[in-house]
Amino acid sequence: MFGKLTLDAFPNDVIVIVASLLMVVVASLVIGLLFYFKKWKWLWNEWITTVDHKKIGIMYILLSTVMFIRGFTDAMLMRTQQAVSVGESYGFLPPDHYDQIFTAHGVIMIFFVAMPLMFGLINFVLPLQIGARDAAFPFLNSLSFWLTFFAAMLVNASLAIGDFAATGWLAYPPLSGIQFSPGVGVDYYIWALQIGGVGTLLSAINFFVTVLMMRAPGMTLMRMPVFTWTSFCSMILVIVSFPILTATLFMLSLDRYFGMHFFTMDGGGNPMMYINLIWAWGHPEVYILMLPAFGIFSEIVSTFAKKRLFGYTTMIYATIAITVLSFLVWVHHFFTMGSGASVNAFFGIMTMIIAIPTGVKIFNWLFTMYRGRITFASPMLWMIGFIATFTFGGMTGVLLSLPAVDFQLHNSLFLVAHFHNTIIGGVLFGYFAGVAYWFPKIFGFSLNEKLGKLAFWHWILGFFVAFTPLYILGLLGMTRRLQHIEGGNGWQTLLIISLCGAVIIGIGIVIQLVQIVVSFLQRKKNLDTTGDPWDGRNLEWSTSSPPPHYNFAHIPTVYGRQAFWDMKYGNEYQNLHHHFEDITMPKNTPAGFFIAGLSFVLGFSLVWHIWWLVVISFLAILFVVIMRSFEEDTEYIIPKETIALHEASRHHYLKAL
Amino acid sequence: MKMLKVFVPFLFVTSFLVFYYFHIQKYGGGMIDPAGIIAVAEKNLMLTAFGLMMIVVVPVFIMLFAFAWRYRAGNKHAKYSPDFHESKTLEIIWWIVPGFIVFLLAIITWKSTHELDPYKPLVSDKKPITIQVVALDWKWLFIYPDEQIATVNLLQIPKDVPINFRITADAPMNSFWIPQLGGQVYAMGGMTTQLHLMGSKEGDYKGLSANFSGDGFGGMKFIARVSSVSSYEDWLKEVRNSPYALTESEYEMLRKPTSYDGIFYYAFSQPGLFQKIVDRYMLPENSFSPDGTQYKVKSHRHDKHDKLE
Repeated sequence: MFGKLTLDAFPNDVIVIVASLLMVVVASLVIGLLFYFKKWKWLWNEWITTVDHKKIGIMYILLSTVMFIRGFTDAMLMRTQQAVSVGESYGFLPPDHYDQIFTAHGVIMIFFVAMPLMFGLINFVLPLQIGARDAAFPFLNSLSFWLTFFAAMLVNASLAIGDFAATGWLAYPPLSGIQFSPGVGVDYYIWALQIGGVGTLLSAINFFVTVLMMRAPGMTLMRMPVFTWTSFCSMILVIVSFPILTATLFMLSLDRYFGMHFFTMDGGGNPMMYINLIWAWGHPEVYILMLPAFGIFSEIVSTFAKKRLFGYTTMIYATIAITVLSFLVWVHHFFTMGSGASVNAFFGIMTMIIAIPTGVKIFNWLFTMYRGRITFASPMLWMIGFIATFTFGGMTGVLLSLPAVDFQLHNSLFLVAHFHNTIIGGVLFGYFAGVAYWFPKIFGFSLNEKLGKLAFWHWILGFFVAFTPLYILGLLGMTRRLQHIEGGNGWQTLLIISLCGAVIIGIGIVIQLVQIVVSFLQRKKNLDTTGDPWDGRNLEWSTSSPPPHYNFAHIPTVYGRQAFWDMKYGNEYQNLHHHFEDITMPKNTPAGFFIAGLSFVLGFSLVWHIWWLVVISFLAILFVVIMRSFEEDTEYIIPKETIALHEASRHHYLKAL
Repeated sequence: MKMLKVFVPFLFVTSFLVFYYFHIQKYGGGMIDPAGIIAVAEKNLMLTAFGLMMIVVVPVFIMLFAFAWRYRAGNKHAKYSPDFHESKTLEIIWWIVPGFIVFLLAIITWKSTHELDPYKPLVSDKKPITIQVVALDWKWLFIYPDEQIATVNLLQIPKDVPINFRITADAPMNSFWIPQLGGQVYAMGGMTTQLHLMGSKEGDYKGLSANFSGDGFGGMKFIARVSSVSSYEDWLKEVRNSPYALTESEYEMLRKPTSYDGIFYYAFSQPGLFQKIVDRYMLPENSFSPDGTQYKVKSHRHDKHDKLE
């Protein structure tokens, strides 16, 4: 009846029980509050069924925040375990639990923190930057979000029911094959990534089309804001690379479910093929996350240096170069496989070449600061912190790209420190900067600057305290994923320093959360009534904060690269007409929520081999899709009177917030 | 007060760096404390690349802090050119300078990758020793085919003699790594990889797997002992005194998953065992089947025979 699902699947380990209980308590608290304040209808109408790109963006960011707390908890558990599991002591996490934690940490941080944060910002900002009223396919957008959401919930479900993969975040076979991982952990991994992967791919197609088709009149490709450009390139990477991930995981599931031999050691399978394929997706994935962050920094540096971005054209060509090159470097993740010197040298050199366009970007940012008037608001601090840390990360990356050096550092903590250096210093700092920068646009009030700066200093200090010892440990020969280390080699001291760094980062995170609460309480003081708190340059600052449901009462016409700056200070000032027209907007629909929710059921029943439920949920998904395709009445009209009223009451509304 | 603001972080960073330096000096180990010619070459290569990159990294840091300080909004003396956003000369400079450094690095990469190719036998007037390495769950088996002995979790080699490693796994993928002697190579089931190393300093070095292979991974360590030729000979005698022999049936016992194993000697190892371990994944009767036991070793001939009866 319930396949492999028996009572044994429920937790019996103290840590897991506490964590699961915590999840249950938080969930019931949320549900209770919703009942108490009678907010179910509001939740359903305003959020769950919404197709508004701004609300979907906010939900992505919320999902990312929640998952970030879980991912960081995993990180703290790992750092603590390594700091105490030395010599005679074996720490508090047994190997199978520890292995799940580092796997979950990687999966969650990449797929359910970085990706949703990126899509959250793209969702909110990109349509505004190109002067559009929504994404090209609003329903698809809602579906993408809910697929990502339920994929994350599938990972969370594995905490309470059964276990998660204990294979490392890329689930290399043969370890992830049925022979060595007979449990349900890898299946949770596969189906969470498959469901989330579909969401990501659909979202990428959506924004790819949005950029190509929905730009305001006059906005040629070479007039697009840099964030739009880098997101566009990132979406291209998603479209090209995610099908590889889907196909690879599909083959792995065929191995696991039907005893096929794509990636097994025996029966003519080849596990190394999986490693090639997963990195053919995995390396572009790094740039999928990195490119939008580059775009955010370009926006920020020009805004806070009060200067036009230096070298726009080179910036774009550098971005495109990175996009293309990111597909030609995947072998550098496994030089140690024994591909031969010429193959390794080729991929090593290709990797180094990426450093050139990246370096060009850094010089462009520096020369944007040159002869500017720099104000050090928190987004700008993140920017400077980024250049300082990312340059280190890039340098260690080039070291790792020399195959002969990589033989000595591969899979060591040096590597771990390197990619955290680029992902924290590059991606995360970038998105934090983006959130601080666009927060007033998203919510209509600014974040508390004092706490924001305090959080930044904790992050940057914590980062260096936590990861410098890991670089050194790598040089001393410590590999990653060790549940226990021998004593007497001086490693423990460094691991304890690293733990202290993680604690400092943790304090930074707490400050960030407090910052949001404090800013909300002080929102009347920090209200953004202008819609343009930073003296911005692109179109997102030309509407009110938060923007009205329809974004722009009039679609703006663009004459240059800094559309809004030109409106404010140039000759291209556009008079705000008092004549309004009807606006057609997409209608809300619950179809995305239903399809994604049913996908969760499908994924869960596949994990536990509950075949009857697999069939039912699959048919139900098909049914909802077909029903949705018959829906013809998907749009509605906002009459011009409402718009006129709304535009007039804009300031009143903001003051009443 | 302003001085203090700069001085305290400076002191903080410096004291950390000094501490790290002495810490490394005190404990050693790893690739920065090489004891073999390959490890020395790899360390030097890393330092060369590091130095080359400083040509770009140092100016970036100087410019970053100089520009941030000089062009702060409070400094009204600094020049302000809000429309300075293009300069062909400057942009050409920063395509070309990093490009040139990468060009140099590319040459270095091409040459070093071929020179330090793990598959390339080392040149020496001494006769090389072949050692077959099998990564098991979660221990290392070393077979010395010329001596017909085998050991678990201890690898002893004579100083200044080139060693030809032939590596495979009878377990999930691992990576065979002795940081102080040289770089790692993957150990993969059903496949053989090669590594050529030579120890040039006597001592015990850490050997380990660098690729996660399951629950017992933390205990998958071995000792790589570089000794003089004479004590190597003595050690061979010691191994030959062991009462155990590594036959195929003994190997079946050994390959069962265990972790944190000690050192173990086999006075005899069955010839051709290594190739058998590599080949076992090629044979259909050794195919893993998910129902029931871990391994279902069956012979098709037997099946037919059973049916006929």
